[in-house]
Amino acid sequence: MIKSFKKNIKGIVIEGITLASALLIIAIVIIMLTVIIIGGKDQLSWEFLTSFPTDGMTKGGIFPAIYGTALLVIIMSIAAVPFGTVTAIYLTEYAKENSIIAKTIRFAVRTLAVIPSIIYGLFGLGFFIKFVGAHIDGAFYGGELRWGQPNLLWASLTMALLTLPVVIVSVEEALKTVPQELRAASLALGATKWQTIQKVVIPGSLSGIMTGTILAVSRGAGEVAPILFTGAAYYLATLPGLSDQFMVLGYHIYVLTTQSANVDQTLPIQFGTTCVLLMLTFILNMTAVILRYRIRKKKTN
Amino acid sequence: MIMIVDKIYTENMFLYYSGKMALNNISIKIPEKKVTAFIGPSGCGKSTFLRSLNRMNDLIDGVKIEGNVIIDNINIYDKNIDVVNLRKKVGMVFQKSNPFAKSIFENVAYGPKINGISDKKQLEEIVENALRNAAIWDEVKDRMGDSAMGLSGGQQQRLCIARTLAVNPEIVLMDEPASALDPLSTAKIEELIVQLKENYTIVIVTHNMQQAARISDNTAFFYLGELIEYDKTKKIFTNPDKKQTEDYITGRFG
Amino acid sequence: MTKEPSKNKTSGESTAESTEPVRIDITRKKFRFGDYIAEKIIKGVAFLSITIIVLIFFFVFREAFPIFSDSKEVKPAATEQTVQDAQETYGVVTDHTTKAETQETYGDITDTPVKVETQETYGAVTDSSQVQEQYGVQTNDTSITTDPSDTYTVSAGSGFDDNQSAIKTLITKDWIPVSEKPRYGLLALILGTFKITLISLLFAAPIAILAALYTAVFANKRMKEIIKPTIELLAGFPSVVIGFFALMVLATFLQEVFHYETRLNSFVGGIAMGIAAIPIIFTITEDALTAVPKSFFEASLAIGASKWQTAFFVILPAATPGIFAAILLGVGRVFGETMIALMATGNAAQMDLNPFASVRTLAATIGAEMAEVVFGDTHYNVLFLIGSLLFIFTFIINAIAEFYVKGKLMKRIQGK
Repeated sequence: MIKSFKKNIKGIVIEGITLASALLIIAIVIIMLTVIIIGGKDQLSWEFLTSFPTDGMTKGGIFPAIYGTALLVIIMSIAAVPFGTVTAIYLTEYAKENSIIAKTIRFAVRTLAVIPSIIYGLFGLGFFIKFVGAHIDGAFYGGELRWGQPNLLWASLTMALLTLPVVIVSVEEALKTVPQELRAASLALGATKWQTIQKVVIPGSLSGIMTGTILAVSRGAGEVAPILFTGAAYYLATLPGLSDQFMVLGYHIYVLTTQSANVDQTLPIQFGTTCVLLMLTFILNMTAVILRYRIRKKKTN
Repeated sequence: MIMIVDKIYTENMFLYYSGKMALNNISIKIPEKKVTAFIGPSGCGKSTFLRSLNRMNDLIDGVKIEGNVIIDNINIYDKNIDVVNLRKKVGMVFQKSNPFAKSIFENVAYGPKINGISDKKQLEEIVENALRNAAIWDEVKDRMGDSAMGLSGGQQQRLCIARTLAVNPEIVLMDEPASALDPLSTAKIEELIVQLKENYTIVIVTHNMQQAARISDNTAFFYLGELIEYDKTKKIFTNPDKKQTEDYITGRFG
Repeated sequence: MTKEPSKNKTSGESTAESTEPVRIDITRKKFRFGDYIAEKIIKGVAFLSITIIVLIFFFVFREAFPIFSDSKEVKPAATEQTVQDAQETYGVVTDHTTKAETQETYGDITDTPVKVETQETYGAVTDSSQVQEQYGVQTNDTSITTDPSDTYTVSAGSGFDDNQSAIKTLITKDWIPVSEKPRYGLLALILGTFKITLISLLFAAPIAILAALYTAVFANKRMKEIIKPTIELLAGFPSVVIGFFALMVLATFLQEVFHYETRLNSFVGGIAMGIAAIPIIFTITEDALTAVPKSFFEASLAIGASKWQTAFFVILPAATPGIFAAILLGVGRVFGETMIALMATGNAAQMDLNPFASVRTLAATIGAEMAEVVFGDTHYNVLFLIGSLLFIFTFIINAIAEFYVKGKLMKRIQGK
């Protein structure tokens, strides 16, 4: 009797500890959300989102940061989504499952996924800015420094490399939900492989492509390390073009919190900006989670 | 006297899965515009052989074919053969119905569209004919835009048959087309097959002997990758030559 | 895209009914241009990911490499020129911020015994007056080049740079890249990185693994549907937001609980990084636990073991390689994390084993200093060298996690 009682206690305790861990994580997330939203919600107004900062960042809004983030994310997606989708198509439709090529590409993708984001920044600097940019300047502008410096274009491309693995993984997952029988049916009707991909496989995996894009956008909007020295700037009076530096939400938060002279005065703006960034990534991630849930449900049906 | 033309015939055909022999010296002559049934226990190679006739086995890694497989006097494993076109000529209906996640109309129109037909009127005509030939037109004519996934199992399978007919094949291969269906749907499909043989050469794989006896003109009995006996259906089921055939027919093994 | 032109006689094009089938010509292999091009392009693009890895490898190492060649010697005259360059090429825009940036991080840290002076303390701090002065104080502290004609306080190529001496300083404790005699001692940075990694894993690993155990073994469907999305949301938090949270809230909170002196230190940074690492450790552990064949679970229950006994003595051991991989990947994540390090660790490069002391991590060093560095300078090269080290380290960790773990896992499932 006592022995089994003891065992029972043990069981309850262990289950309790593991449950507590799970609850702790949930609590941490809720606390972070609450603190930031409460701290920043007063700042959120239409004005805040649409005006430029003034008075040394103590007043005004963060519009240029939002604008810069939006541009960054758009250019990044244009670069990353097609390439990622095509790579995923190759992996699922063309490559033989256990071939060396497929395994190498998958290993490369996984490695890309775990490289620290700052390394991408270094790559952006060493390759895009100092190699590609410098050569463009040499070839087209007679050595004048125009493209060989940090700007929106290089930062976006750097970010695209960072989010490429995310896109590839999501799209691959979606492609795999299209049952083999549908491909067989299409081929048996006399369609070619590419026709099958075009007309059966891709239409069946659009939601996965969307999920991948959303996740990539969310990361692109929030990562700061890759753009620290490939294009992000703290204050610009005008909105940026492709060859200019630009303001971004994440970088803005970083500099505001660590380097602004009037900490007390910029505090509300700090919270406001963080709140905006958090809500943005939050909404994007929620959407992706729901989409992915729907995809997985469709698979098991 | 009716001339029976050999639509398909194979000579000493062998098939290997990654070195392991799966089909052993198959030589068979399949006549035009008749129903030929392949019967035999599970794993005996009948489906594998069927898939060799439209080269769907090409999709599997490590498959090797030896010998001749000849359709309309052309060896379909010749290296100059256009496999994509071959599959337009030799259609296939699968065991489990696999309609696309598109509308009923789009499912049937898929084949013709692939072939470059884009004229709306033409497509509608082709689709209607195919659905009529598949004996399902009346049931779906008012909901052509609905998703094909909303049809019942039997209807989906007839839809898949219509889809295959829409590309105008000469031969229709059927891999256990009714095995996943209820008896009523099965009966409908069997009825359909008997009608179809007027215009198409049908080769059907079935594990249901009675079905083979009901609808086929010729029957081939496969066992462990070999073609044991092939003859007119009547003969196979009443007076087979080989003992193995007789044992299978009488249910001594399955 | 690929419209079959009527080159080949394909049936189905002209005839609508099936009475007279047109013979399809199958004897000439048709060259389908669209398909061909599509396949070539798709294949080519797919190789891109391999190419990218190789390129990253190449270009990051390329910029670090010059430090090993002894032909480089920067003369004082060149200093002024390169200083010009610094202002233009990496526009950290206002002069105001530039000065601020240099002030915080450098300085003869090892000399000054008083730690307070060199720490960064951002955010709403209780004793603000002293803090604010930090920036002011540092300007007087000239540890920067004393060349009077040199009016910039940017880390310009320092006067006596040459790579030979630079290499020698790599294995020292002093990270003073901006001074008359620059020293690029990596040891303090490496120690800082290790301290943070250790603390973050001690915090994150147990929590994440236990939570994953709960989710995989004990939780019902409802709880799973709450926990798993929460983890995914946590994974989606940008690290700058977590850094902000740590800087603003966590640091104050922890300081009140533990009563230590410096507000931003490796403890705070470690916890914050741990929060960032929880999702990845959780996800991979949970995958490993659910990958254990259900038959193990059922067999154990059938013998009469309880759920928790099964969890501990059957499932957990079977999933150990996966859990090991999860921890490894957590290490990789934290090792290279930059923003949280920049915001919550105090950014002081010092050799101190005390967890409540400020640290500087390798990644943070790159992040903080790269924007001010002169292109081609030794400092520049050393920063890239640090990047190369990070790259190699994470690459190795990932490789171990993949190959070793997969091998062990296979062995286990197949029976050693």
